[in-house]
Amino acid sequence: MQITINVNGTEHTADVEPRRLLVDAIRSDFGLRGTHIGCDTTSCGACTVLVDGVPMKSCTMFAVQADGASVTTVEGLKQGAELSNVQKGFAQEHGLQCGFCTPGMMLVSTALLEENPDPSEDDIRWAISGNICRCTGYVNIVKAVQWAAAQNGGEEG
Amino acid sequence: MQTQTHHKPCTSPEIGGVGHSLRRVEDARFLQGAGNYVDDVNLPGMLHMAILRSPVAHAKLVSIDSSAAMELDGVLAVVTGELMAQHNLAWMPTLSGDTQAVLATDKVRYQGQEVACVIATDRYIAEDALRLIDVDYEELEPITNPQRSLEADAPLIRTDKEDVTDNVSFTWEAGDKDATDAAFAKAAKVVSIETHYPRSHPSPLETCGIVADVHPATGKATIYMTSQAPHAHRTLFALVAGLPEQNIRIISPDIGGGFGNKVPIYPGYVVATAASLLIGLPVKWVESRTENLISTGFGRDYYMTGSLALDDNGRILGLRTDLLADQGAFYSDAQPTKFRAGLFHIVTGSYDFDAAHVTAKGAFTNKAPGGVAYRCSFRVTEASYLIERLIQNAANEIGMDPAEFRRMNFIQPEQFPYTSPTGFVYDSGDYETAMQMAMDMVGYDELRAEQAAAREEGRLMGIGMASFTEVVGAGPAHTYDIAGLKMFDSAELRVHPTGKAILKLGVKTQGQGHETTFAQIVAEELGIPATDIAVMHGDTDNTPYGLGTYASRSTPVGGGATAMVARKLRDKARKIAAHLLEASPEDLDWEPGKFSVKGSPDSSVSIQDIAFAAYTNHPEDEEAGLEGVHYYNPPNMTYPFGTYIVVVDLDPDTGVWTVRRMVAVDDCGVRINPMIVDGQIHGGLTEGFAKANMQWITFDEDGNCIGSNFMDYLVPTAWETPRFELGETVTPSPHHPIGAKGVGESATVGSPAAFVNAVIDALAHLGVTNIDMPVLPDRVWKAIHNA
Amino acid sequence: MYPPAFEYQAPDTLEGALAALAELGDEGRVLAGGQSLIPMMKFHLAAPAHLVDINRISELSYIRRSNGSLCIGALARHNDVVRSDDAKASDVVSSAAPWISDPLVRNRGTVCGSVAHCDPEGDWNSVMLAARAEVMVQGSSGSRRVGIDDFIVSYFTNSLETGEMVTGVCVPIPSGATGGSYMKLERKIGDYATVGVATQLELADDGSIAQAGIGLTAVNYQNTRASAAEDMLAGEMPSDELFAEAAAAAASASDPQTDVRGDADWKRNVVAVFTRRGLAQALASAGS
Ligand SMILES: Cc1cc2nc3c(=O)[nH]c(=O)nc-3n(C[C@H](O)[C@H](O)[C@H](O)COP(=O)(O)OP(=O)(O)OC[C@H]3O[C@@H](n4cnc5c(N)ncnc54)[C@H](O)[C@@H]3O)c2cc1C
Ligand code: FES
Ligand code: FES
Repeated sequence: MQITINVNGTEHTADVEPRRLLVDAIRSDFGLRGTHIGCDTTSCGACTVLVDGVPMKSCTMFAVQADGASVTTVEGLKQGAELSNVQKGFAQEHGLQCGFCTPGMMLVSTALLEENPDPSEDDIRWAISGNICRCTGYVNIVKAVQWAAAQNGGEEG
Repeated sequence: MQTQTHHKPCTSPEIGGVGHSLRRVEDARFLQGAGNYVDDVNLPGMLHMAILRSPVAHAKLVSIDSSAAMELDGVLAVVTGELMAQHNLAWMPTLSGDTQAVLATDKVRYQGQEVACVIATDRYIAEDALRLIDVDYEELEPITNPQRSLEADAPLIRTDKEDVTDNVSFTWEAGDKDATDAAFAKAAKVVSIETHYPRSHPSPLETCGIVADVHPATGKATIYMTSQAPHAHRTLFALVAGLPEQNIRIISPDIGGGFGNKVPIYPGYVVATAASLLIGLPVKWVESRTENLISTGFGRDYYMTGSLALDDNGRILGLRTDLLADQGAFYSDAQPTKFRAGLFHIVTGSYDFDAAHVTAKGAFTNKAPGGVAYRCSFRVTEASYLIERLIQNAANEIGMDPAEFRRMNFIQPEQFPYTSPTGFVYDSGDYETAMQMAMDMVGYDELRAEQAAAREEGRLMGIGMASFTEVVGAGPAHTYDIAGLKMFDSAELRVHPTGKAILKLGVKTQGQGHETTFAQIVAEELGIPATDIAVMHGDTDNTPYGLGTYASRSTPVGGGATAMVARKLRDKARKIAAHLLEASPEDLDWEPGKFSVKGSPDSSVSIQDIAFAAYTNHPEDEEAGLEGVHYYNPPNMTYPFGTYIVVVDLDPDTGVWTVRRMVAVDDCGVRINPMIVDGQIHGGLTEGFAKANMQWITFDEDGNCIGSNFMDYLVPTAWETPRFELGETVTPSPHHPIGAKGVGESATVGSPAAFVNAVIDALAHLGVTNIDMPVLPDRVWKAIHNA
Repeated sequence: MYPPAFEYQAPDTLEGALAALAELGDEGRVLAGGQSLIPMMKFHLAAPAHLVDINRISELSYIRRSNGSLCIGALARHNDVVRSDDAKASDVVSSAAPWISDPLVRNRGTVCGSVAHCDPEGDWNSVMLAARAEVMVQGSSGSRRVGIDDFIVSYFTNSLETGEMVTGVCVPIPSGATGGSYMKLERKIGDYATVGVATQLELADDGSIAQAGIGLTAVNYQNTRASAAEDMLAGEMPSDELFAEAAAAAASASDPQTDVRGDADWKRNVVAVFTRRGLAQALASAGS
């Protein structure tokens, strides 16, 4: 089937089988490899993307289901030439080690801060609990999101 | 060696040497989705491989019919054991001197074993084809535990070996039996424990994978793979596949976590490489999570008994332990050749006594092989767990506070270097200071008071402690090797004319931040700003030989090599400086970044000027250039230590326990980058918690793996993971060039016992002495009810 | 780990979906959030020939209160319930919603998909049992409302006829003081329940229990109503002793298996503990 998906502001089209998973379309058909695959059971969130702004596991959606949708991947997080505050926060607070979970973590964090600009530690831990990190023990991911929240607040206020 | 609460940097923040929490240079690419993991490698014409795995644990392989699969559009080949055997590749050597089937020819020996591979134009097609392959198995009795394996009537698993008549894979012992018997003979009290350290799996978030690209014209094999040890793998590839080693280039690109999982060579790597060689196109194979969990290197699975002999006052006199290792179908543990039970015999831990004896036996079972050091230095995890559990139980039995019991039995600071009863020479330590810091941080005395009151009210809470000593940095060449390769490591440093440098390492990061921390070591030694130093690693054509990153050896060994090569360059720089300053080399003073003439500090030359001169104006009797390589053979292992304290609340009605506090004081010697060290500890503590709480692999009686995906193999999320509080002491390693000890694994090694001890502490007054990991709520509930 | 091939269509009206299902007969299968179906397809535990994707039917994406009921449309996601003020009308519904799987799965998976799926480890059907929900079923020939007890047939089996689908589920909101709770023992976020207990208490004016609802998760081959316990409670004045008796009766209604999650005796015990605690919580919130 012919599909068109707006990824990070750019229209991508592909001719895919209905069974093609969205993550494979993003990685292989559109060549955006920042979205990762870490499991077979919808458990890890390495494949997280925002579909029309909502974080979802792209390994558990068919590409045809995203036909016409707007998808944001890690490659679309930058604000112009600059890293977003969430990206900066991850660097600043050492919120990543191997980097494999990081795209998903940053995307859920970005969506969280959209909805709740001033989250508590519990809010953050809850929001990222669909994403697994095997390296960081989450401590610094929480700090990274807090850093970004503080920075966002500073910019607005 | 003096213990401090922390180490002050000697260099300025601009130079960013040891002790600065520099932000990581590697982050920039990961934050933008521009990392380059194996699955991101795509080459023109690349084919995809999928593996058909045995659904049963033990069976004769009767026949394989792949004709229907071959007919599917897009399928190029179906590779079977028979085909591999024609190329003498049906079996491969393991890291422990055994052989492992690449593709089954005679029998399948565990569920998930590789039976056939499909090579196709697309991964979806390759997997479709797997379902069209028809395999006929004749099932045999599966052996699912080592106890059964050792029974006389147990079926023989290793029928592939000629003179093998039983399922024993090894026997081993260490320590002094007679001295230990004597210690037990005069003991006033003996405290024993019997426990199973369950099978676990490193399961890094990125699974294992390969893109094998054997060039049809030149024969050059370029192999991108998830490898923690690319150089060792190149040599093993040369030996297994019979390819000339200069024609093999292993590139280990960005690695999404390793934790020991990416140390061994797996059958998929061998088949993908063979397929690329035969077909003449690149072949990619990336494991699914299920494949990762059911077939690649697991950790632990040790049945352990241990006894402590105590005198009247509660001083430890001796330790006796006996081990039974469940090794799965092939003996493919990753550990130094001499040590069949790894470094388990460091089991005497942080305590000073004279006699210890360890006996160990390994048994084959119908389970996946592995026995890798899962975030662990070769079985030190099991050892540390056993001694720390014994210490807790011993304190309980003699009615002494576990902290006091530890204090009384600790090796004292003035005893270092300390020779343990099993022959390890501990480099440095100050155990009591670390323990006291942890107790102060957590408010130990208040917690004990609260606990006493809580018991009155029928509320259950526990305080658990572990004061571990680790052994890392394998290792000195006289004792340590992997598959015959001595466990040195290397660094090559080139300082360019503009004073910028490139450092090439034999070790390989999987997230530890080598690109930042190793530059800091050079910055420390040469005064070149860390940000001016590019670190390369993981490409065997472009880095010096090394044994790789595991067992926390990067900093102790690779870090040593880096400091030493930088010092070599500094020696040469001194000569160039002398030439430039028209002084004699001995008359120069060094401070990070420049040499100056003794007594006239204005007469100085910077390392950047020296670098330029090395290419433009070098002394006549010196070679041009400023570069060098060092192969570092560590004089000893390093011995990080620390104390962890866990506070749990326990619901007696359901058996559910929750962590209220977790305080971790680590001493890993000098911290190169404190921010990164803390990150390593956070990660390790999380894995320790996971193992104590939820994360294990078990098997049903038919040999089906329970824990074959992330719905069943539970790894904690941010929600369950405790909120760690860290503290540090710094006791430098006296023999390491920069005093660092390595930290990647301390927390995984030390923390499981702290969690379990906390639960046992909550229940001890009811008479509960042990619950095996994972400490599941039903186990807790039953322990309460049976107590 | 890739799904087998299938045919696909994504109608944007309910009519279109029903027509497609009617035409496809046994070949057709509804794809809602896909958070159960797609993982099953990846493991080839399901291999539908034809999927009718209902995600474009926006008319099914509602949560609303009408005629004394809280109604949840077939396209309402778990997280829509978490965020909905209307859903707060039912304690048992709103307390269960945050504990379904994980935040990302909740953004996609649907309540009705879960109800239709009839996974005995799924949480929603216990909630629906406790709340005495009705499932709104529609086929090309008409619609019907099916009581949840009749909707659940067995392990992964519902009572839909060929060509029918679930369009919504309605939970009655009693007029009297009512409280409820959902208690779930899970090993981690994203795990299914080891044991789950949904409770609801509707009080009469005199403070006695007018009606009780208790649904059990993961302790039988289907989500189970603890009827004996409910009967024991109805008409009685609430008390700790009564709740303890009901808890014991609920435990007897469970028939858990010993497995990697734990021992059967322990699970039965947890059913009792959760029933007792859940009833106490339901009572407290009914009173407030
Ligand atoms: C990691 C993970 C953890 C989970 N944990 C939990 C948990 O803790 N508790 C829990 O309850 N669930 C859990 N789930 C399942 C999740 O809640 C699913 O969303 C839900 O069970 C199914 O809803 P769905 O919309 O995704 O349905 P789908 O997956 O689309 O469909 C499921 C089945 O129902 C049928 N179906 C769907 N909608 C309709 C309809 N309207 N009419 C007729 N038939 C229909 C489909 O044909 C299919 O057979 C988990 C899932 C995952 C991936
Ligand atoms: S890859 Fe999508 S959840 Fe793991
Ligand atoms: S940084 Fe490695 S998995 Fe999160």
